[in-house]
Amino acid sequence: MNLTLKVWRQKNANDKGGLETYPITGISEHASFLEMLDVLNEQLINDGKEPVAFDHDCREGICGTCSLYINGEAHGPDRKVTTCQLHMRMFKDGETVYIEPWRSKSMPVIKDLIVDRTAFERIQQAGGFISVNTSGNTQDANALPIAKPMADKAMDAATCIGCGACVATCKNSSAMLFVAAKVSQYSYLPQGQVERKQRALNMVEQMDKEGFGNCTNTGACEVECPKGISLEFIARLNREYLGASVASE
Amino acid sequence: MSKGFSKSSVGKKVLMALSGFFLMFFLLQHFVINFLSVIDANTFNEVSHFMGTNGLIQFIMQPVLLFGVLFHLGMGIYLELKNKSARPIKYAMNKPGESASWMSRNMIITGIMVMLFLGLHFYDFWIPELNTKYIVGDMTGLSVDGGFRYFEELQHKFVDPIRVIIYVISFIFLSLHLLHGFQSAFQSTGFNHNKYTPIIKKLGNLYAIIIPLGFIVIAIFHHLASH
Repeated sequence: MNLTLKVWRQKNANDKGGLETYPITGISEHASFLEMLDVLNEQLINDGKEPVAFDHDCREGICGTCSLYINGEAHGPDRKVTTCQLHMRMFKDGETVYIEPWRSKSMPVIKDLIVDRTAFERIQQAGGFISVNTSGNTQDANALPIAKPMADKAMDAATCIGCGACVATCKNSSAMLFVAAKVSQYSYLPQGQVERKQRALNMVEQMDKEGFGNCTNTGACEVECPKGISLEFIARLNREYLGASVASE
Repeated sequence: MSKGFSKSSVGKKVLMALSGFFLMFFLLQHFVINFLSVIDANTFNEVSHFMGTNGLIQFIMQPVLLFGVLFHLGMGIYLELKNKSARPIKYAMNKPGESASWMSRNMIITGIMVMLFLGLHFYDFWIPELNTKYIVGDMTGLSVDGGFRYFEELQHKFVDPIRVIIYVISFIFLSLHLLHGFQSAFQSTGFNHNKYTPIIKKLGNLYAIIIPLGFIVIAIFHHLASH
């Protein structure tokens, strides 16, 4: 496959940045998108130019590190895949491919295609945890019976890998799907009950502090989420927050 | 209630949804009363006179309704501006239509069009009504020939075809707003259920098509009947 790449290049957070055009040839349709970028970077290095900086780690769709806005869609044109799971056969020979970083005031560009996603970590630190006795007398997790439907729902929410595609694709740059998944996964489980109300209040408060936009239920996040996190978790977050607000001391 | 509720993003969307529910309930009763004008002029006149002279409706419900309209508009504009500021640098290539409907992405456009229409609608009906009742002081609801004036005034407004066209276009915008707004209000207040949400979406689509279409029928009916 021969392609024309329009890649966002930005030296650092303060640089204005812009799209650079790179022709690339001989790409296998079986290659992954990141492998195609590896070929581009080899080409740039051979030409004495600086390679494109992009986030990647596991390259098997579980770490949530890769994060590219490809041809106008988070993680590209395929569904329920991360950028590393996207194959070049999703593109046509001769096509022009736009590659941009996530765009959000709360996730500023650090360099080229890499954005600062520490806002998600601060939201997690605000309440995305449970208190467990780790003194050596930790209770066996299996000692607590959990109904299968509840365990399944908790697992569905917990599949969120925190990649940020929800923020990137939302017209409002809202992080509601991420926060909803993180609040919900604990709310279904007995271990999550102790901090349940405070968790919803604190994580939403931190999300708002980070400057993310407001959810308007367009549903774009659910469609573009590589793990298919459902909008029902946002409704659950709304219930959790409403309940916690009404019952707050 | 926690102090930060109304300031939080979730709190604002819940308040937006509650004002939306209130406005949709009002719209339903407005439609039912207006549709009486197509069925029977006398019944429409009597109901209009009751609504226009009942103290509870005039001095409690009407101010609450006006507050609901202004709150929904004000909060909608505030959230839109805040949401726009959350993405200061736009994508060079973006395909939002691949993942979300036009209606859900353009609530501010359809909403402002409906609000502009309300300006005309108030000028046509509400302001003359306030003038007749509370400035001129005529609470009788009667025209010079001794009968109720409401049906006559309504039909007179739709003589002009330009006004009818403006009303029809406005109701199309209302329909587009409701196609997302109805089901979105349920989601915002935390109602999402595997079994009931698909039913709510279907009901929402029915509501969003039938009510504006009904208003269009009313406007065209009176235009045709006045000639």
